Amino acid sequence: MSLFSVFEVSGSGLSAQTLRLNTVSSNLANADSISRSEKDAYRSRQPVFSQLVNKFSANKEVTGVKVLGIVESKAAVRSEYRPDHPMADENGKVYFSNVNSIEEMANMISASRSYQNNIEVMNTSKQLLLRTLTMGQ
Amino acid sequence: MPNNSILGIHETALMIRSRRTEVLAANIANADTPNYKARDIDFMAAMRRAEKSATNKVDVGTMAVTHDRHIQLSSPSMSNIALRYRNPLQSSLDNNTVDAQKEHAAFMDNALRYQASLRFINGRVKGLLTAIRGD
Repeated sequence: MSLFSVFEVSGSGLSAQTLRLNTVSSNLANADSISRSEKDAYRSRQPVFSQLVNKFSANKEVTGVKVLGIVESKAAVRSEYRPDHPMADENGKVYFSNVNSIEEMANMISASRSYQNNIEVMNTSKQLLLRTLTMGQ
Repeated sequence: MPNNSILGIHETALMIRSRRTEVLAANIANADTPNYKARDIDFMAAMRRAEKSATNKVDVGTMAVTHDRHIQLSSPSMSNIALRYRNPLQSSLDNNTVDAQKEHAAFMDNALRYQASLRFINGRVKGLLTAIRGD
């Protein structure tokens, strides 16, 4: 019965979107983190999604989402001249993170919508399965 | 088989519908995956194929009968239904062709039709039970 595998497919979608929400919260929490050098500055983290393909099926059907890994953003790190700051380096500069809060907010909304969509799919499949179980009664 | 079994065409329809639910769920789950191409099942083609395999008795999904005591599967396998790629209305930057709204509509439509098939089967079973009990 393939309706049961809907839970697997949507479940993998849920976990991928949860990871995305996790990275968003980590990015937003560290948006104002300050560090001493450019190398140590916090860089925004983004998950990379990929499709999970069943290699053994005849038509290579997709059985969910997998997270390939998390990449760090390559955007430039913002620096400011603040000689009186305790974290300032020898040139009097401090380095902020490269998190773009607006981008992260948009990311968060998109992740939450996708999460809701997957939940909706699971709910409908559950109803269909329950109806099927009571077939003929 | 679909035409002369007790449940008629609805048994096959139900199987194709549940298969399509899975495919559409995969589309919705991969709505944010780069390079993912949305897929779907052509219900009419799948239905035709299932009926053809039922009348010819030979198909990729059915088992070969080489002995008179071999049991033939009653319904064709649903695992080899052809999946088609969806034509995107609008291209996206990450080469993903999932249109969330379209997939949602298709999913809802599919779920409703699944329930319709279920209802037909239920009615059939109820009718048969009435005939058996005679009350």
